[in-house]
Amino acid sequence: MSAENNSNTTPQWICGKCGSPLQIEAVNLSYLGSGYPVDLLVCRKCKRALVPADMALGKMLEVEKLLEDK
Amino acid sequence: MDQTRLHELEEQCIQNCDPPCTAHCPVHVNIRKMLQLSQEGDFSGAYQILNKSIPFPEIIARTCEQPCQYGCNRESLGGAIRVADIERAICDNSTKPATSITRLPNRRGRAAILGAGICGMTAGLELFRKGYQVVIFDAGDQPGGRLWSLGRDQLPAEIIRRETALILESGLETHFHVSIQAETFPFQDYDAILIATGQEHQTDFGLNRTAAGFLEVDPVTLQTSQSGVFAGGGTIHSPSTIHSFSDGRRAAISIDRFLQKVSLTASRVHEASYETRLFTRLDGIRPQAAVVPAHSQDSYTVPEAQQEAGRCLQCECMECVKVCEYLKAYGSYPGKYVRDVYNNMSIIMRQRTANKFINSCTLCGLCEEVCPTDFDMGEVNLETRRSMVAAKKMPISAHDFALRDMAYSNSEHFSATIPPADGEPCSYAFFPGCQLAASNPEYIPLIYQDLAAQFPGLGVILRCCGAPAEWSGEEALFSQAAEELKTAWLNLGKPKLLLACTSCHQMIKKILPEVETLPIWGRLQKDKPETAFKNLKGKQFAIHDPCTSRYEKEWQDAIRSQLASMGVEGIELELSRNKTECCGYGGVAWLANPEMVHRIIQRRIHENEIDYLTYCVMCRDLFTREGKPTLHILDLLYGEDPEHLAKRRSPDYSQRHENRYRVKQQMLKMMSRKDFEMSESHLKIKLAMSDEVKKMMEDRLILVEDVQKTIEHILESGECFVNPTTGHTLGFYRPNLITYWVEFTREGDVFTILDAYSHRMQVGGETHV
Repeated sequence: MSAENNSNTTPQWICGKCGSPLQIEAVNLSYLGSGYPVDLLVCRKCKRALVPADMALGKMLEVEKLLEDK
Repeated sequence: MDQTRLHELEEQCIQNCDPPCTAHCPVHVNIRKMLQLSQEGDFSGAYQILNKSIPFPEIIARTCEQPCQYGCNRESLGGAIRVADIERAICDNSTKPATSITRLPNRRGRAAILGAGICGMTAGLELFRKGYQVVIFDAGDQPGGRLWSLGRDQLPAEIIRRETALILESGLETHFHVSIQAETFPFQDYDAILIATGQEHQTDFGLNRTAAGFLEVDPVTLQTSQSGVFAGGGTIHSPSTIHSFSDGRRAAISIDRFLQKVSLTASRVHEASYETRLFTRLDGIRPQAAVVPAHSQDSYTVPEAQQEAGRCLQCECMECVKVCEYLKAYGSYPGKYVRDVYNNMSIIMRQRTANKFINSCTLCGLCEEVCPTDFDMGEVNLETRRSMVAAKKMPISAHDFALRDMAYSNSEHFSATIPPADGEPCSYAFFPGCQLAASNPEYIPLIYQDLAAQFPGLGVILRCCGAPAEWSGEEALFSQAAEELKTAWLNLGKPKLLLACTSCHQMIKKILPEVETLPIWGRLQKDKPETAFKNLKGKQFAIHDPCTSRYEKEWQDAIRSQLASMGVEGIELELSRNKTECCGYGGVAWLANPEMVHRIIQRRIHENEIDYLTYCVMCRDLFTREGKPTLHILDLLYGEDPEHLAKRRSPDYSQRHENRYRVKQQMLKMMSRKDFEMSESHLKIKLAMSDEVKKMMEDRLILVEDVQKTIEHILESGECFVNPTTGHTLGFYRPNLITYWVEFTREGDVFTILDAYSHRMQVGGETHV
């Protein structure tokens, strides 16, 4: 999984609440008792992570289905 | 489902049964497969099939009496398949692997075989293979017995020697030129004896005999009147190579059991010839005469054998699979699927790979209807869904959207119990159901007025019957929906319910049998003059009966009479009435497996060129979405422009919610003069969306109200991300188990939606660095 912005380019999204730029961090994703860390863009100050559409509709959906069939 | 039920179901599906040829063959050669390979020209493969059941294939091919032909379904369509002739061609044209015997470790037990004919040789080899000490005695000078008395044209000596060489080379103890005498034979040296000397060479051992002079044996075990002494071949029936071979094999099973001191009779079914339960439909198969070898003296050439094998019907049932896209999609048939379903429930740690299979069934009941033994895969799937829900093993996303839709219908947004507008005691209540209100809100007041004129004291109950819960295996939710409906019904004074939907009808019948119901069909637009429908006169429609009307003749007939009274010609589809197909909405399959439902719809809508007419809103909506002009009977009764309506795109999920809400408003206003308005704050959020975005949201099962609530949450909390370059805002909201993300721009109080998506995984509220 890769986050939408990468460190070589100026991040497109900034935090709407505090105006801080977003940084890549490992964030825990969990479902039905299972979890694993993923690199996401986050606002360190407000502790909010951004889940891009391609990740939600791609890898995350896939993992959700796998976990539901466990 | 427990193991007993699994076995019952496996037994019930006759596709698991042998074809008639194999059942009649006393050694059960897989003839169907052998002929299939022969037709394809794979004679070596075919030989392997034959050799797997028969150690003397060339002898059998030239001497078999072909009991396989007795049940052959080709018999009445050009004559039974000439299996033995094909077998001979197989033997003549294949590479034969060297035959050898793998002997199991030595076992205690010594058996004497009297006679080295087909029966004796077969039993001897089987017992030797199992590790017993076997001694074969024969009066002749070599193995083969009666085979040597056959014409050499039929069975050349060379073949007998070649195939019986196995007896001499295997390590079996053989004694030839031995004339068995009852007085001198050392019985005490053997634990079991098989008498297979043929009728002519019999020694009188003092055993019971039949009137025809054969030894009397138990038909299953072949044991004679004396324990431990068995008989087969020509000693118990008139000469027959294949039956002697079968006897040898069965006698060996008995002797093995006898030596092991276990039951001789337990679980011995279908060892000899038997009648199969397999059903094969023969409709439409053209007769085709058997292939005759070009030179009558010769056997089949390769092309002739291929051609004759090609006449084999490859008998199978598959009645249900032929008519069901779902059963077809998974490549097998119910007798096999039930094991997958059973295994799926028994898994403890691994992936449950059959979940999607179980949830993809529309539960329409067509399989049971066409099945010769009434196997209902839908019932198996529904039972399993209930167990999965009870065990908390049902994938949440399989039915969640449909259950939330049901919850909406049974919430204040739509649910209403409205007493008769005329103030009369309520003797009838119109129950339109949730999807008619969702798709055609404009028809509901018209139907009400129409019915009210005929049924004084007509109330209305607005809500969902609970079908999504029932189909999802959610028994508690289904009971709750039924309880609520029952309360509404009691509150109105137990009126008879006038129903518009056959699914509602099925649910009410199932869970509230005390409620009396009747269809609205045949009761609408009665006073409208015939001339009112004059532009419909002579029009043709193919009638698609909804799957929930399968056994509802009253409903089916009512629609047909209604059409006739309007001068419309209803054309019957090949699969109609009790054989009708589901549109894909049943069983919530559309949610679990949209790709498969697409195929179900495509199959159905291409069964007839002319426009369809149905009496289920969901059937119509799914068909029109895939481009098939389809009308609901109400479109003819109340619609302004049927041609246009047949191509109408049905409302999206959001609009369906909105429509139900409007129906409630309108009916309350019309019947009780009450204004109904729900003051939900998110409704104030004004959205603008392109058709593309609307379609994308529909595909992703995201409703307008989900987007509105997300934006409302973003505005209140200020939590969002912004893109300074584009000016877009992106934020999320997790009202329950789903996180919704919305990307938008804002102009004044209008929010233009650019993207919306969702996920179920939870993002760590706190980020871990």
